[in-house]
Amino acid sequence: MRAVWRQWVLLPVAAVVVGLIAGALLILVSGDNPLTAYGGMAEGAFGGSDAIGRTLEKATPLIMGGLAVAFAFKAGLFNIGGQGQLLVGAAFAAWAGFGLDLPTVLHIPLALIVGGVAGSVFGAVAGLLKATRGTHEVITTIMLNFVAANLTDWLVSRDGPWKDPDSGAVARSPHVADSAALPRWGFLPVGFLVAVAVAVAVWWVVNRSVLGFEISTVGQNAKAATYAGISVVRITVVAMAISAFLAGLGGAIQTQGVNGRFEPGFNSGLGFDGITIALLARTNALAVIPAALLIGAMDAGSTLMQSRTDVPPEIISVIQGFILFLVAAPSVVRWMLRLRQDLGAGTNVDLAAGWGAS
Amino acid sequence: MAATARPATSPRDTAGSRAASTLAANRSGLAIGAAVVVLALVAYQWDGVQTTAITARTVREAAPLILAALCGLVGERSGVINIGIEGQMLLGAYSGFMAASYSGSLLVGVVAAVGVAALAGLFLAWAAVALRMDQIIAGTVINIVGAGATSFFYVAGRTMPRFPQWSIPGLEDLPLVGRTLFNHGPLTYTAAVMVLVIHVALFHTRWGLRTRAVGEHPGAADTVGVRIERLRYVNLTLAGGLSGLAGIALLQSAGAFDRGMTAGRGFIALAVMIFGRWRPTGVLGAALLFGLFNAVQAQLQFKQALDVPPQFFGMIPFILTIAVLAVAGVKARPPAAAGRPYDPE
Repeated sequence: MRAVWRQWVLLPVAAVVVGLIAGALLILVSGDNPLTAYGGMAEGAFGGSDAIGRTLEKATPLIMGGLAVAFAFKAGLFNIGGQGQLLVGAAFAAWAGFGLDLPTVLHIPLALIVGGVAGSVFGAVAGLLKATRGTHEVITTIMLNFVAANLTDWLVSRDGPWKDPDSGAVARSPHVADSAALPRWGFLPVGFLVAVAVAVAVWWVVNRSVLGFEISTVGQNAKAATYAGISVVRITVVAMAISAFLAGLGGAIQTQGVNGRFEPGFNSGLGFDGITIALLARTNALAVIPAALLIGAMDAGSTLMQSRTDVPPEIISVIQGFILFLVAAPSVVRWMLRLRQDLGAGTNVDLAAGWGAS
Repeated sequence: MAATARPATSPRDTAGSRAASTLAANRSGLAIGAAVVVLALVAYQWDGVQTTAITARTVREAAPLILAALCGLVGERSGVINIGIEGQMLLGAYSGFMAASYSGSLLVGVVAAVGVAALAGLFLAWAAVALRMDQIIAGTVINIVGAGATSFFYVAGRTMPRFPQWSIPGLEDLPLVGRTLFNHGPLTYTAAVMVLVIHVALFHTRWGLRTRAVGEHPGAADTVGVRIERLRYVNLTLAGGLSGLAGIALLQSAGAFDRGMTAGRGFIALAVMIFGRWRPTGVLGAALLFGLFNAVQAQLQFKQALDVPPQFFGMIPFILTIAVLAVAGVKARPPAAAGRPYDPE
């Protein structure tokens, strides 16, 4: 129990503290007051119900992107294609959102599923090529990111089929119908609740289901899995398809809950942040939620911070880098904070083994 | 997968059998290369100006990819995965640009870029060797901090000296080949030279033998007295320098630093490394192929040759790369020890 406490609470909190101190030094160097900056960030993230709603909203696609990367890791696959799958999901959810006329109870879930399935089909290509042709998923998912960016750009561009006829030169889709828009309950975005529910479901699949067992077995030792009668080909394709479904669903939530339409620039980087989130959470589906909330809060607070102090919002990615480093290197945190207590073994997941070892 | 893959060239091989096995391993690569050369010659008869524009651009676009992929290659051959190349390139390009901008000297810029990127390589080695940190996380840290810090300290409106264009007298006047190969900026030639240097160093020197041993079977290397951890420190720092050169090569074509100017090239370099089967000559071929796809795409788009939306041209290099990989069925096998900290037990 104490080991769990140290590894999942004490170490991350200590890492965040040290990360913030390092960020404060950078802010000081660039000639601003770190206290004012962090005060602005905290108020922008937690000061009042609007701010908290914004934090939850920012955390939502990060949860989904983090789940996508974490799930693929379980099967020994490194899905760098979350960004592309998210874009495809966001665009197709927009299409289902503005193109169909349905009652709300059907329209919302249908558009979400259309987005998820579109992302899934797109990402499954990488799994299929890996399983049948041995093509490295890192290559294909990277390449597919660029394909997705171009494809979705085109869909809403001047020549594209889903262009908003009223937007003039702006490339974007029409607004989704009200019946497809994810509402807010008070300050609480419903999309966030969906993401949390999905995280719980993913945790259950990974840790409690037969499929999850098969996936973990393939991820840890494909040879052993084959001897045990598990089809590595099937598991590789299925794992990649589910991972990409999660990313696509993240894009759909973003479209239906936040952006209201597909506009290419609105989704930049969301999928890539999933890698950071998954690593922060040590690929544990439930730990993805607090990891995403942390980064989401920083994102949400960075605007107010910038307007108060001229500190560019990029500072938060530097702080995120520090935090990730410290979570993965407990010995450094211990040394910095002069803690006597052992902070545990750090990350115990073996991500690098998923690189290409067979 | 490992059982069917050809093992990396072992030191016992005679020169002859090694050449034969290299040839066999690269048969599909050579076939693609021959097809491209024939196509270029045919196209040159048809439209010399445009063909030359495409081939010259191919070489130009390949240069930063070659340097960045070699950075990844040296790391993995030593047993350390480097997915932080994107961040290293950004750090290199930023420091090189700022140093050249303030000093007015390109040479100072190059030194700064190589130095800072090498430091990032040293950090990766420290994290992987001393802290035994997961190497994927360590690389991601470099990417995040690299992108964040270079944006945070970005200064708009600065300029740097222009890179010279070196043409080789006598050779540059050759038809097709002259403009393609012998009229480039210094970093493009550097990339070509580095392929040769790393190839010879990796396969024909004691350092290379030790590096490959450490990447494939560190236990065996340890037994015969190779100092694994020190070699990883040295190699990753040197490799970092290569990614700094890649950053400078980006500046050579762009003329100034811009936020996120790598635009995914650090990741594409990983693909080039894997496609090139962890060999410098393979990296050269893969980078040129990708450069060619990009150059054809850019030229078609520029000329508006066909009535097709520009986004479809934009997809061409990436779809073609996937298609070539899937059809050629390149079953890549990374160095066996890549990704693992060395554990003497």
